[in-house]
Amino acid sequence: MAIMAKILVKNLVKIFGDHPDRALKLLREGRSKEEILAKTRQTVGINNVNLAVEEGEIFVLMGLSGSGKSTLLRCLNRLIEPTSGTIELDGRDITTVDEAELREIRRKRLGMVFQRFALFPHRTVLDNVAFGLEVQGVDKKVRAEKARATLEMVGLKGWEEYYPGSLSGGMQQRVGLARALVSDPDVLLMDEPFSALDPLIRRDMQDELLSLQSQVNKTIVFVTHDLDEALKLGDRIALMKDGEIVQLGTPEEILTRPANEYVRRFVEDVDVTRILTAEGVMKPAEAVALKDGPRVALRRMRERGLSSVFVVTRDRKLAGIVTADDALAAAERNDEDLSRILIQDFPRTALDAPVAEIIPVLANSRYPVAVVREDGKLLGVVVRGSLLAGLVRKDEVAWN
Amino acid sequence: MELIPKIPVGQWVDVLIGLAQNNLSWLFSFIKTVSESIIVSLRDFLLWPDPVVFIAVVMLIVGLAGQRRLALGIGLGLFLILNLGLWPQAMDTLALILSATAFALVFGLPLGILTAWSERVNRCLVPVLDFMQTMPPFVYLIPAVILFSDIGRVPALVAIVIFAMPPVIRLTGLGIRQVPGELVEAARAFGSTRMQTLVKVQLPLAKPTIMAGINQCIMLALSMAVIAAMIGAAGLGGAVLRGLQRLDVPTAFEGGLAIVIIAIILDRLTQSIGRGRQQKSSI
Repeated sequence: MAIMAKILVKNLVKIFGDHPDRALKLLREGRSKEEILAKTRQTVGINNVNLAVEEGEIFVLMGLSGSGKSTLLRCLNRLIEPTSGTIELDGRDITTVDEAELREIRRKRLGMVFQRFALFPHRTVLDNVAFGLEVQGVDKKVRAEKARATLEMVGLKGWEEYYPGSLSGGMQQRVGLARALVSDPDVLLMDEPFSALDPLIRRDMQDELLSLQSQVNKTIVFVTHDLDEALKLGDRIALMKDGEIVQLGTPEEILTRPANEYVRRFVEDVDVTRILTAEGVMKPAEAVALKDGPRVALRRMRERGLSSVFVVTRDRKLAGIVTADDALAAAERNDEDLSRILIQDFPRTALDAPVAEIIPVLANSRYPVAVVREDGKLLGVVVRGSLLAGLVRKDEVAWN
Repeated sequence: MELIPKIPVGQWVDVLIGLAQNNLSWLFSFIKTVSESIIVSLRDFLLWPDPVVFIAVVMLIVGLAGQRRLALGIGLGLFLILNLGLWPQAMDTLALILSATAFALVFGLPLGILTAWSERVNRCLVPVLDFMQTMPPFVYLIPAVILFSDIGRVPALVAIVIFAMPPVIRLTGLGIRQVPGELVEAARAFGSTRMQTLVKVQLPLAKPTIMAGINQCIMLALSMAVIAAMIGAAGLGGAVLRGLQRLDVPTAFEGGLAIVIIAIILDRLTQSIGRGRQQKSSI
């Protein structure tokens, strides 16, 4: 692989119990979790997980409670010791490092945010945020300065001297986030950080995390049981069940190509229009070249049964659109130049725009929606028919 | 029953004490010298100022700490003891109790921390603690006298420490175990050593519970004052004992009352320390 993964997990197994060895042997023989529990009284928490988290992405571990997602997250900083397998952080296997190096890694490279905030109630907000620096032995003045700066970044300037108990849930989790960010780690481990917040605050926090992420660009491993949250935040999602990864892919892949019945059931209630993008509902665009002239354009429209057609330059950059009426009129007066009848006032959209944004545009426009790249190249077109087909295609996958 | 002869538990203990007496006498004389000098210097320190000055200073300190009503109560109580003519005995008892409490804390706090850290230590220590708390104190008062080959303060101190230490150990362990697991997990996740987790997170949060243990320790130590007097420790216990032996109810009652006053003062003082910290932490 050309690009080295930030975190590379290989054959990770976690067995809870006093005698994991026998259970591990049975697991390697391919026995089921239930069988192992009955035979050895050991519980399989993580069953042979392999994954690679890329630098700078938000990687979501999703699953219901008991699926092993939090256990897997805690293996990444060895709050829970894995039974077997390796976890590489920038190529260094952290499952074999000694206590001292592990502490160094936890202090400088892995920040963690907890579900119920886990703030220290006897310390002020400032001292909570500075905790990671304090245990590193950073000078008091320096750590206070850094903690203040980090608190300002999460929007809590002015709250330094309060105690966590006097803050609202959303503010407490900002403190939790600041505490994780203060030593500028490369990786943020987030264990259902927003699930204890009420829905409105949760959505705000998700938006803020995304905007914060665009500034700090950390590698984030994010655990959630909320599919909407996973789809909104995740660059990639690993869906877990019974300690195994059932499917790993982009949000769209998980929605449109569920690996099995379990994933299908999991995703069936999602509002697809928020997830599905222009890419998923567009079709190849019919276009004529600028040099072609109105007669060619008319013939193309007639062949395809269209009332308008896109016009592109020689390097397939979108120049405009012509309607059948205008082309006919131009042809009748022997005007060979398409550029004179080009219409510029038609909707365009980007490849990653969600369908929810395209629907109202399409509904209010006489013309189809052009899907263009940033440099102006025409990539495809969304018409009413292709949009419906795209939505139905997803549903067919979901229902059959 | 006849088939199984009586198990000679008593003789074993006797042999053990004899062995200790013969081979560890250097240890006991060391303990004796150290603890005797601690108690005596503490008593001399308490008796050094004029009682009225002493009372005024204590009231001032407590009053300045924001506890005016408590300061007034303490002043009244101490003045009553002075008035009853029991001041020197009271300071004798106080010196013994405070020394015993200090020893109980020096050994009890680390043991309490160990019970919280290690389930195995905890399992081993629980029966020992039960033993220390329920064995009638007279039973080990006599061996203490034999081992130190002396009556007086030192065997009394040892007996008091044995009797009063268990709540320190139990409540320290309990307080640390009660700290929410997620807070300990958070401390670990940010790279704390075990010591850092203990000092920065567990002990501060366990403080109210630990203070309750210290409070119990002092109360139990005081309750041993009369028993300590039986092996010749000077103090209020002596006054009570003398009164009882002569059927002199007024003397015995006055001695008892002075013990109660000291108990109440120490109880309120330690409670207000514990509460003060707790309030601060929950702001």
